[in-house]
Order: sequence, then C-alpha cells, then structure tokens
Amino acid sequence: MTILHAGQPDRPVSYSELLNGSAGYVKSYQGNGVQPGDVILLILQHGIDLLYAYYGAILLGAIPSIMPFLTEKLLPDRYRADLGGLVSISRPTAIVTYPDFEFEVQAAIKPGRDSVKTVIVTDHVESPCLPQFQLFGGLLRKPEDIALLQHSSGTTGLQKGVALSHQAVINQLTNYAKAIQLTGTDVFISWLPLYHDMGLIACWLMPILMGYPLVLMSPFDWIRAPYRLLQTVSKYKGTLSWLPNFAYNFSAQKIRDRDLEGVDLSTWRVISNCSEPMRWESHNAFYERFQNLGLRFESLCTCYAMAENVFAVTQGGVNAPVFCEDIDRDTLQTKNVAQAAKPGQTVVRMMGTGKPIKNTKIQIIDNKGQVLPDRHVGEISVLSDCMLTGYYHREDATKKAFLDGWYLTGDYGYLVDEELFITGRKKDLIIIGGKNIFPQDLEILAYEVPGVHPGRASAFGVFNEITGTEDVVLVAEVDVDDPEKRYNIADEIRASITRGSAVALRYVHLVHHPWLVKTSSGKTARSANREKFLQEMQTKGQQY
Amino acid sequence: MSDPILEKLGAYIATEILKQPNRIVKSDEPLLSSGLVDSFHLVDLSLFVENNFGVRIDDAELNASTFDTLNQLVNLIKSRK
Repeated sequence: MTILHAGQPDRPVSYSELLNGSAGYVKSYQGNGVQPGDVILLILQHGIDLLYAYYGAILLGAIPSIMPFLTEKLLPDRYRADLGGLVSISRPTAIVTYPDFEFEVQAAIKPGRDSVKTVIVTDHVESPCLPQFQLFGGLLRKPEDIALLQHSSGTTGLQKGVALSHQAVINQLTNYAKAIQLTGTDVFISWLPLYHDMGLIACWLMPILMGYPLVLMSPFDWIRAPYRLLQTVSKYKGTLSWLPNFAYNFSAQKIRDRDLEGVDLSTWRVISNCSEPMRWESHNAFYERFQNLGLRFESLCTCYAMAENVFAVTQGGVNAPVFCEDIDRDTLQTKNVAQAAKPGQTVVRMMGTGKPIKNTKIQIIDNKGQVLPDRHVGEISVLSDCMLTGYYHREDATKKAFLDGWYLTGDYGYLVDEELFITGRKKDLIIIGGKNIFPQDLEILAYEVPGVHPGRASAFGVFNEITGTEDVVLVAEVDVDDPEKRYNIADEIRASITRGSAVALRYVHLVHHPWLVKTSSGKTARSANREKFLQEMQTKGQQY
Repeated sequence: MSDPILEKLGAYIATEILKQPNRIVKSDEPLLSSGLVDSFHLVDLSLFVENNFGVRIDDAELNASTFDTLNQLVNLIKSRK
C-alpha cells in the first residue's frame, strides 16, 4: 500500500514492513499485559502508526477499534465525555494514541475504576521486528471469535460497538469481491475515514487482506483539495473507489481546471456511491465534469451497506448501467407503492442500489413483520452469512435489532426483481456526507444555550440539491423579541452545537412559542416540524 | 473598518456560508476554530479569494494556524497581492 500526506512524499509500505511493524506493536501489547480477546482502542490519524497498531492487534488476537480523532472545533470536554462513554460500554484494555494526545486520553479514563489498564503512546512502541507467529494469539482465534469493533456515532447512551467475527469479515470480503468482480489488476484508491465501515472494510481490510494495492489519503487532505483523489487515480492507475453522494457534487463543483492537467481517469472502473442517499443528478454532474478526462459513465456504481452486515448488502452497476426508474410520486407517498410514472404524473427518479451480494437475502416487511411483495415500500431486513455477532456488551440493543433472525435496518425501501431501492428511513437520523447524526444529540446541545428551553427545539435534515447531502436545520422557540438578542442566541446555538458535536448547522430558525409540533406524548415531532419549516420558507419565497 | 476586501469577504461568509445575509461577521471573530466556517466550505473560501482578489491559498494552508479571523485573512491576501 501507499500512504499519502499533503506536502510529504508518498510512503510505500510492503507486506514485510507491515508484518514487522505490526510485530513491534504485538510486543508492546504483550508487554503491557494485553491478551487475545481484549479490546484495543486506537485513537490515531490515518498513517503508518494506525496501520501497524491495527494489524498488530489482529496478529495478537485482540479486538481493534478505531475512534475518531479530536478535531479542532470540538470541545475537548465533550470529546472526553464521549470517550469516557465509549470506554464504559466497550471496555477496552488498552488505548493507543500519540504522545501529545496522551493527556486528553488520561483525562477521560478513570484508572483503577474502568477497564483501561494501559495507554500506549506511539513513540514508546517496540521497533519493527520479525514476527514470531507461534507466540501470537492471532492464529489461534476461532472463526466465531470477535475480530473487530466498529463504533457508531452518537452520545454515550446511543453509542454502540458493532462486533464482527472473523468468519463474518472473511465472508463479507469473499462475497463482496465477487460482486465487484475483483481482478488481478485492481488498485484501491481511498480518502475515507477508517472509523467508518466504508473506509474500514472496503478500503483497508479488503485490499490488504486480499493482496491488492491500496493508495490511502487522509479525509482532512481530501476535503481541502478534492482534486487529489483524481490525481491519485491517474498516477496509480486506480480502478476502485467508494464515495458518499456529496463527494460527487463536491468534486464536480470545487476543482479548478489547472489541477486536472494531464489527469487520466480511464482506469477507474468501479466507483461506488454509498453510505448516504444517492442521487442520479450527482452521478450526472460528476460524469459531465470529468468525462473529458477519460471517466466512463458505466464506472459509476451504487452500493447499500451497513456495519451490521460488515459492509455491503447490495452492489449495483458493475459492468452494467445502474438501474434507474421514474416513479409516480403520489402513489409512492400516499400508497407506499412504487409504480412507473405515466405521462403527466409527477416523477421521482429512483436509483437502484443493486442486487444482494452472494449469501445475503433481503426482505421488505410491513410494521407487523409481514413480508411485502415487489414494489411495496416497507422496512428493509437482511439475513446473511456476514451479520454482526451483536452490539458489544449491549444485549438489549442487539435483541431489538433482530426479528426472527433477520436484521432490521431501520431503512425503508422496495424491491424490483431483487433490485433494492431506498426510499427513506424509520429513525429521525440525519446523514451528512455519510456521517450519521442523531438529532436528539443536537437538541440537547441547543438546550444548553440560555434562552432556549428544554423540549423547545427540533433538529432535522433537509436535502440540499447543490451539495448532494443533507443540511442540518434547528428550529428553537425563544421568548425574546429584540433582534440583536435573537442573533446572539442563534450564534450561541451554532457554537454550542459545533463545539459539542462537530456538526455545523446550516440554518438556525428562531420562532415564538407555540410553533413546534409535538407528538401526543409531548416529544418533538421532527418530521412534522421539518414539513412546517419547509412550508414556511416556501411561503416567504426564501431558500432555506 | 471599511476595508473593501474585509467587507466583501464578510458579506460572502454571511450570505453564502452562514446563510444569514444580515449577520455581521466581526473582523476578529474566530471563524475556523469556532466551526463557523467548517471544513466543507474551506475550498469555497479559497476559490472565492482566488477569483476575487487573484491570490492563491494553498490547500495545505487551509487551517486555523494560517488564518482564523477576517483580519488575518485580509492580511494574508494583502501580503500576497
């Protein structure tokens, strides 16, 4: 593999380097009393340390889990609270981090009172050495043992570590390799974060475990210079990438011609749109912008994935066009049935996510658990040979997630001859650029602002056609009338939410009581508030 | 205060990034470290600066240690003009 950092020479890493570097980590883990089966939490940026620390944990037979790094805008106190919450649920034995971050980690844990026995800093790790596999527990692990944890976002109460077995991971990689028709000449190119399934499974475990070249760049570099992805594909003759929908719009809109000189994208054969609602318009914009660089329209693919199935559930568009259809909006909205639109009807263009990958089944069920026929919208449930073992130490959550052995995804969709279309989701989840955000986390942060009363705010996502992802809107009822005071409250809400969740609000809408719609049990009815907000904006002739 | 570069940048951030056209962005207000301008908008800001003032900001410079406030950004632009 090759690791890229802006402003530094590309860093190639061979398999023997990977094994030796990881062996150094195994020694350090063993020296600190970490046992096979223990959880090791990795708080590292993408790079060589993370690579060795991760695969070292696997070689030892321990369970690695990557935690997002503290960004400059997030309040350290909040990060500590999140970390403390994660530690209390996933009970790691060791945490690996950088020397200058050790203080943050130490501040979040309670020595002697929680599970963490040791904090290992990267500059104290044993040097790379020849691996002595017979002394490592990794090869003695059983197929059903847990291989790794993936943590979902959210506050402590909602945090869940998805526990995946060795067998599930290997099954997913085998099944998925067939779906994308992996061949000997493939090269993976990625900028995706590694604490998320799309980056971790498709662009970290898959190429490395299956023996394919991987070129890895940092999400922080990509967001500042999206042209780097295209230059890298060209330079390394990349063939495979995965992108959240917003990245298509972002790339199409924000790259200067001068950064594309000499770029050749003709090798790129499978670019999979995954991890947030996908749009036909985004694919088109991306293609229009880069077709003169050799980009082929048939390279644009789709995928439906979730950490609970290790990664992919479906894959569409490999060596075939993505399945698109125009649906009558009224029948879809009022009868929950997806019918081909007739002339004169208002159309919704639906893009298929593909058919299930091997050994994976999908059923669409109604709210009583009954299986629905093709073209009927219901909850998507999944059964496969690569399902999660459970949410780690969260039996309650695991139980709730299954119905008769089928995993309930919380997403709504319909099938047409096995092709899966996604129409929406059950939970009030906001997805920005592939990152899941729980609105209640944002509302709680808004309540911390003086002038905003608990229970009097509502956060929701609104799809933005230009960016190709959701914007976050927060509506809050306040009592003051003075415009300047209202501005200050809006600013403080923004600051509180950014510092507390690293989410940037697109729009803060301050209203007078009683504006918010409540459910019969007094809770915020987010979808109703969303409708009301959009209607109000439309009446005012204002783009929200 | 009525620096034309500062005014133009402030208006751009308020209108296009914050979507609050009436908001006054203060010249010493932290923009990046506060999260007011988040990483999604950094490229927009550098494109705006280049297109309007003919000054390039390298992508490696798009962080709070290069500039965090309007004043700092204006100084950066002037130093490169």
